[in-house]
Amino acid sequence: MSNTKVKKMLFILSKATLENVYAAFVMANGARMEGIDSEIFFTFFGLEAIQKKKLEHLHVATVGNPAMHMPTMLGGLPGVEALASNMMKKEMDKLDMPPVGEFLEILSDSGCKLWACKLAVDMFHLEEKDLIDELDGILTIGDFYSRADQEGTQLLFI
Amino acid sequence: MDKTIAQATISVDQEGYLTDFSQWNKEIGTEIAHEQGIEMTDKHWEIIDYIQDKFKNEEPLSIRGIKKSGVIDIKQFYALFPGGPLKKATMIAGIPKPKSCI
Repeated sequence: MSNTKVKKMLFILSKATLENVYAAFVMANGARMEGIDSEIFFTFFGLEAIQKKKLEHLHVATVGNPAMHMPTMLGGLPGVEALASNMMKKEMDKLDMPPVGEFLEILSDSGCKLWACKLAVDMFHLEEKDLIDELDGILTIGDFYSRADQEGTQLLFI
Repeated sequence: MDKTIAQATISVDQEGYLTDFSQWNKEIGTEIAHEQGIEMTDKHWEIIDYIQDKFKNEEPLSIRGIKKSGVIDIKQFYALFPGGPLKKATMIAGIPKPKSCI
């Protein structure tokens, strides 16, 4: 019903900081809500977002992030990253943004395909049992490119 | 702008959303759904009721809210209103398009 020329969004998520993970999730979910296909390929540190034991413990980056308006030395102190992350999670909850695990369920139920990168899975010595149940499979980057199978496909690296 | 549908004249915005909910009735909802390629069933109406309740109580709509609604799960929601479920459902319900990004 909208006139967008975008028909399919493919995201590559390579980072596990909260701000990047949520950027990918919000955009992937937003696509589905507009009737656009979407898929996410989790690679390198992005894999943390689909590891059962790690996904609820992601943090914002308080070091090397000028937008935190916090001296780098302070951002590196023990507990600061956890504190900043908890504050951000509270703000997100107010906006009805789901926690990572629930967001993944919503994405999967919405028809967004979730893929793990084979090379990164091998590199971090992960097995399928370490990854979320909603995962659609483990792919090579070549396999992922082949998912760009229609006109109006866009690929975004995060 | 005005639009004539189900033997009634209603005001809609450029995208086709009703601008005055008081003009809405079930026949209009059925016709709008038809234009969107959706044939309404009891399950569809159950969701429309839920969405209209939310609107009347001025509570924001989100996909997470649908998940928690107890009326329907997200898979079914996408199946019943294919291609942008919340956008289509709100249009059929006669309420504004949701402003939320989630």
